[in-house]
This record gives sequence, structure tokens and C-alpha cells, in this order.
Amino acid sequence: MTFSVEAVRADFPILSRNVASGKRIIYLDSTATAQKPLSVIQAMDRYYRFSNANIHRGVHTLAEEATAAYEGARQKVASFIGAFSSREVIFTRNTTESINLVAQAWGRSNLQPGDLILLTEMEHHSNLVPWQMLAAEKDLRLEFIPVSDDGELDLAEYERLLEQSPRLVAFTHMSNVLGTINPAKEMIARAHSAGALTLVDGAQSVPHFPVNVKDLNTDFLAFSAHKMLGPTGIGVLWGREKLLAAMPPFLGGGDMIKKVHLRSFTPNDLPHKFEAGTPAVAEAVGFGEAVAYLETLGMDNVAAHETDLTRYALQRFAELPGVRVLGPAAEKKGGVISFVMDGIHPHDVAQLLDRDGIAVRAGHHCAMPLHERYQLPATSRASFYVYNTREEIDLLILSLARVRELFS
Amino acid sequence: MDDLYREIIIDHYKNPQYRGQLNPADFTFEDENPLCGDQLRIDLRLGDDGKVKEAAFSGHGCAISQASADLLLEMVIGKTLDEVKNLKKEDLLDVLGIELGPVRLKCALLSFKVLKGSVYGLKSGESYTEEE
Repeated sequence: MTFSVEAVRADFPILSRNVASGKRIIYLDSTATAQKPLSVIQAMDRYYRFSNANIHRGVHTLAEEATAAYEGARQKVASFIGAFSSREVIFTRNTTESINLVAQAWGRSNLQPGDLILLTEMEHHSNLVPWQMLAAEKDLRLEFIPVSDDGELDLAEYERLLEQSPRLVAFTHMSNVLGTINPAKEMIARAHSAGALTLVDGAQSVPHFPVNVKDLNTDFLAFSAHKMLGPTGIGVLWGREKLLAAMPPFLGGGDMIKKVHLRSFTPNDLPHKFEAGTPAVAEAVGFGEAVAYLETLGMDNVAAHETDLTRYALQRFAELPGVRVLGPAAEKKGGVISFVMDGIHPHDVAQLLDRDGIAVRAGHHCAMPLHERYQLPATSRASFYVYNTREEIDLLILSLARVRELFS
Repeated sequence: MDDLYREIIIDHYKNPQYRGQLNPADFTFEDENPLCGDQLRIDLRLGDDGKVKEAAFSGHGCAISQASADLLLEMVIGKTLDEVKNLKKEDLLDVLGIELGPVRLKCALLSFKVLKGSVYGLKSGESYTEEE
């Protein structure tokens, strides 16, 4: 289908609201969380109005419907990322929980003192802290692939680090600060030939361009629904069935068991083994709808739209004096523009843009080590998604010029 | 909202009177605002009369946090230790004279927290919290 940003915008009720100044909202913070189309909001509303029940084991109509809706969402997500089977799709709370699941369930039972986990300097805290916690507990080593001044991973150094035989290479597919799209497929192939498993943090990639687990050939992939037009509170860990099957459970409780005695239990089959307790059923339904919405748009169209916006934004930012944009050139970059303005703190920039209805984020974006790497305490970040336009970027640039004036 | 960046704020941000460090100082403390990475240190020196004679702040942060630090130090000069301990955050907010949401309130009050941390002798890594 042809992609029309006007038609897309009409699907997002929140985009027609104003902020206090009376201006129409310009939402440039989708890297933090995306807005939701009406179809997602309605699917969740419909679920609560007509089908709400706890899933699995219920035999009544509502329980059957709720179970079918929940498992149907799992199938949609599985097919969206090209999974071999929906048994490989574990619903978690978010990317963070997915990575913690791998650290706790796979890491604890497979890693020995002295084992190496290879990460990168551009990781979000969610792909650092779980490994730091595990490393402290099991006496593991952590090493980091360095980031160049241009915001790219140093792949020569990666090769050298692989000689130390890491057990796992865990890295972000796309940086939430630099926008850098890492050469994941190549990195995974290199890791495998060095005997390591791979975990890809897909929080920023799965929402923005086609990601296929068969093509990537990774071992684990983690991502969140709320960054891809779906609700908060639900995310995914995709893993190879063989690996998942061999891993011990993560959280214990209801639904993750086959049998329970007073002193022992038998874990359930995949994927339920990793889904203890009542899951986020309505959120799964919304997630399934979000995936359907993205499929209707076509992920190639989504990616092309964002590439256009990113190129245009970089071109317009270059016109602003005293502004530095982090990260690589447009060809290697997703729709994330993190920037600093000489002599003006990023928080002040964000606050002043808000007067014009423009929502950007300011701070370290949950990547403090990366900001340390660039010796910046904080940056401002504008990020784009399916509903953003070139006109919005023009208004951002105009507003930034006014910020400069106020501080001059 | 429109006076959030009123002249007094921009002015104290661009031309602070108390920017710097005192080495040695009678009271020194630093803390940060983890939300935005703002980091602030305050040094105080007392005169023979037991009143604050010199004060300085250093670190980095947004216009609101830096201007508030400068205004706060202006307020404490000439005050006794007890008077500094008795300062209320409302005193600082009155001088700032701006309406602040919950997020920016933390920026404005970072200097207040650091000042209190210094006079109450908190250890590095501790944070001053107001008794509710």
C-alpha cells in the first residue's frame, strides 16, 4: 500500500490535542514511547467490555475468548518477527524484563566464574545493569566494544575482544541516543564463529524497520510493545526453542507449572514456563493490534518514511550554529537526533520547546556511560515515528532558533 | 510558565556572582539530580563572627538549577549556621518567583539540598531529605 502520513496521523487521537500554550502537540519523543492508534485503544476497550476473563484453564465462554485473544496476539507477534514458532515468543513486561530473564535464567545456570560477557559502550542501562548484577553474583567478566567519535561500534576492537572467547555478546540493534543502526547480522555471525551466543536489544529496531530473527540468526531478541504503537506493560523475549527449553524457569508461580507438590514442581512447556502469574492480557490484545497496524503500513514503508525524516532533520540541524548532533551520518542512523546547544542546558532546551508544543526528551536517556564517553552530562533528543512530518521538523528548527535568541 | 525564563533567571545563569570553589572551606558538599545529571557542589566559609562570609557553587546544570544556586548563596551570606539550617525551601522559591512543575522543582531545589547537606555535615554519597 502507499504510505500517507496524513492518513496515519488521523489514526492517532492524541495528535489533535493542544498543550497549555494553545499550540498543537508535536510529538518528537517516540524513542521513549510511541503514541497509540485508535485501533489499539479500541481493541483493548473491546476486550474489557466483552471478553475479559483470566486465561488458560477456564472453560467458560469468556475464558475461552480471553485465551484465544492472548494466544492470538502471540501468533501475530511471532509472525511479525519471523519466529519459527510462537512457542519461542515469551511475553514479559518489557525489554528490560526480557534481558533480566536471559541473565537470570540462562546466565545463572550456564555461566561460570571468569566467563566473559561482551557488551558495548552504547547500551541502554537495561542491557548493562542486569549483567553487572549477574557479574557481581557469579564473578563474571564484562568487556565493552568501544564507540567511535562518530557513534559507531569499533568492529576491529570487537574482533580482538572475540579472541577472549566471550560466552555471550549482548548489544543494541539501534542506539536510543545516537540512532546508530549496528551491523547486527555481521556481528552475530562473528560472535557465533567465536563460539558465543547473542542477545539483541531490539527495543529501537523492531518498531522502526523490518527485523526477522531467521535472517538475523540471533539467539535472543528483546523488545517492548509500547515503543511500537502498543500499550505499556508488555514486551517480548524471543529465543531459540532449544535454548529456552534447556533454561530453568525465571519467576515461579501460577501458569508456569505443569504439576505442583508441596515440596516440588514440574515446569510448564514453552512459552508458559516463563510466564508466571496472570499476564497482561488486555495489553497483549493491544500489542497484537499494534503489530497488525504496522503490518498494514508495511515495515519497509515505515523505515523509508523515517529515513526521509532523519535525512531532512540532519540537513536542517546543520543550518543551526552552535548545535552539535551526536551519532553517524544518515545512512547508518535511525530516526533519533540527540543534540547539544552551546551554553544552553538540554533541560532548558526541552522546556522552551514545550512552550511551542514540541515534546522532546532531555537527560541521559538511560545511557549514562555513553554520555560519559562523550563527556556530556545530558543531551536533548528529538525522535521520529510514522506520524511525524517534515513540517514538524521545520517548526522544531524555528523553535530552536528562538531558544538560542533567548540565551544570547 | 512564561516567566520560567524571566530575566532574573537568565541573568544569574549567564552572570553568576558566586560561581567557583573555596579550598579549603568550612563546609563542602555535593550532590546530583539523577533525573537530568545536574551536579552541584557548594562551599561555605564562616567569618570570626560565626556568620557565612564566603560562599561558592560549582558543577553543571540547567539555567533553573544554576540561577537558583546563585540566588541561594546570595541569601546565605551574612547568616549564622543556625539561620542557614532554618532556611525553608519556600524562602528560595519565593526569591525565584516562578511556578514550577514537579520535575523542574527538583532542578530549583538541588542547591537547597546541597546547602543543607553541607551544613548538616552529610557524608559523600548521602542526600539531604526534608523531614515531612
